[in-house]
Amino acid sequence: MAQIFSPRATTIAVIVLVALVSVPVVLIAYIYQVHSSPYATHVGIPVAQPIPFSHAHHVGDVGLDCRYCHTGVETSAFAGLPPTSTCMTCHSQLWTNAAMLAPVRESLAKGKPIRWNRVHDLPDYVYFDHSVHIANGVGCSSCHGDVSKMPLTRKVKPLTMGWCLSCHENPAPHLRPQAEIFNPHWKPGPDHEKEGRMLMAHYGIDKDHLTDCSVCHR
Amino acid sequence: MKAAVLAGLAALALAGCDVSMTDQPRLDTYGSSDIWPDGAAARRPPAGTVSQSDPAWEKAMKRPPAVTTALIERGHERYDIYCAPCHGASGHGDGMVVRRGFPSPPSYHSARLRAAPAQHFFDVITNGYGVMYSYASRVPPRDRWAIVAYIRALQLSQHASLADVPDAREQLP
Ligand code: HEC
Ligand code: HEC
Ligand code: HEC
Ligand code: HEC
Ligand code: HEC
Ligand code: HEC
Repeated sequence: MAQIFSPRATTIAVIVLVALVSVPVVLIAYIYQVHSSPYATHVGIPVAQPIPFSHAHHVGDVGLDCRYCHTGVETSAFAGLPPTSTCMTCHSQLWTNAAMLAPVRESLAKGKPIRWNRVHDLPDYVYFDHSVHIANGVGCSSCHGDVSKMPLTRKVKPLTMGWCLSCHENPAPHLRPQAEIFNPHWKPGPDHEKEGRMLMAHYGIDKDHLTDCSVCHR
Repeated sequence: MKAAVLAGLAALALAGCDVSMTDQPRLDTYGSSDIWPDGAAARRPPAGTVSQSDPAWEKAMKRPPAVTTALIERGHERYDIYCAPCHGASGHGDGMVVRRGFPSPPSYHSARLRAAPAQHFFDVITNGYGVMYSYASRVPPRDRWAIVAYIRALQLSQHASLADVPDAREQLP
């Protein structure tokens, strides 16, 4: 009777066994990498807009406060985007003939809001609230970066669940005093470890429940 | 057997579908919708709508709150956000936007505006004035009074004498 297994069979069997275990592991690790890569999370890619609105000009050069335009940010879940009339408080007199601003004038004339393209967009099953972060010492630039240097707005953080949790597990290093919330250039000082602990107490943050699933998935 | 294979294939096909909840069929706060002519999901209340909170607003409009340090500090913060870009941090009408070519507003320290009643400042914020737009949608009535109180403080500051600040002399170099 001829042999059923050739001499190579042992090697093949070993390779198959190893591959059965390692291929899924490598594949999962690879998919995870791709999912959290800047390519998939769109981090750092400026988003084209109907009007090339520049935070670098309006915040960096002119020095406007975020709340001049994102009025709802302190009191509601949404920061909100400015209505056309807010642009017109200045552009009714400034750059009135600029072609770049034609869509703003058209929007005002027709009563049709400008369609800005979203830069940040969480999945619909995630609950997020701006006001609670603003009231508890988390500044805009902790999540949006220094917009005063952005000619076109882009994402600087991945907005993945891991990213949210990395702060919810230990918010202290990210907290700042109330007066610095809207400062796009804020950096933690050298003594920030101690300050962070004091700020945790000042805002009364209890981090025990902050990683519960129901905080963000309601 | 055949049925089992079919069921297996169907399950595989379903798993391939995008049943994700990422984009749920609902209208988001600042979302768009094609069913309205202006393309926005949010609707504006029809002209003449009176909201339930309006009576409280109107009361706040008529009666200025008591002037406290907290109110002036609130006014300071709101003034810096909404007014300083044009009127300047100290109210001389030389803010950043004016330096970029916006028509220059009158200084708060002119004799006419020093003599103007508080109600005048409140009304300018509510209704706008000349080329200045209304700030009513962004500055609620209580904040308007706070800003007026702060403008009064600014006006005082530009006409203060050393006698108004008793301990100032020791602090001067
Ligand atoms: C002159 C008005 C104005 C001011 C002041 C302003 N913004 Fe904006 N902001 C806009 C407009 C218009 C957009 C939409 C266009 C875009 O995404 O660039 C926007 C978009 C954004 C976005 C992206 C929103 C999205 O689609 O996800 C962020 C984040 C943001 N602003 C943060 C800030 C912060 C932080 C400040 C203060 C430091 C600020 N903005 C000040 C007008 C303004
Ligand atoms: C408080 C005043 C103010 C408001 C409000 C404002 N702008 Fe401007 N904008 C300016 C000034 C001042 C400049 C000139 C910038 C410079 O000279 O550096 C400018 C310049 C621009 C320019 C052309 C210059 C450039 O390259 O950025 C665009 C486009 C523009 N604004 C769009 C907008 C839009 C859209 C809005 C509403 C969301 C808006 N602005 C609201 C003051 C304002
Ligand atoms: C804790 C992180 C965090 C902080 C702090 C934060 N944001 Fe956001 N912001 C987000 C996330 C996440 C989104 C996307 C929300 C969504 O898709 O529902 C967002 C969305 C926005 C938008 C788009 C419109 C909207 O409301 O969804 C604007 C504008 C904005 N942020 C401005 C600001 C400003 C101005 C500040 C500071 C006052 C600020 N944000 C502070 C995380 C943050
Ligand atoms: C830089 C720090 C930081 C980041 C990043 C952050 N958060 Fe928070 N978050 C906080 C702090 C601080 C609080 C306030 C906790 C408290 O109220 O005691 C909070 C509170 C919340 C609350 C309200 C909790 C409650 O009890 O009602 C929600 C919801 C929330 N965060 C969602 C998110 C989501 C979703 C993300 C990611 C997109 C995120 N946060 C990213 C710091 C952060
Ligand atoms: C601080 C806020 C926060 C908390 C707490 C949180 N999540 Fe999430 N979760 C998110 C965000 C944000 C996303 C969206 C991530 C993305 O778009 O990549 C998400 C996504 C998910 C997803 C979908 C993942 C995918 O790739 O489709 C699942 C499942 C999930 N969360 C389960 C949980 C469970 C279970 C818990 C409790 C142990 C939990 N989450 C706690 C913020 C949170
Ligand atoms: C975009 C620039 C701009 C901003 C922001 C602005 N103003 Fe004005 N304001 C003006 C200009 C210009 C005038 C002069 C209007 C005219 O005479 O046509 C003016 C006039 C005034 C006057 C004088 C009215 C009179 O009797 O002469 C007052 C008071 C005033 N503004 C208060 C405010 C307050 C309070 C705020 C903040 C809530 C504010 N303004 C924000 C540009 C601005």
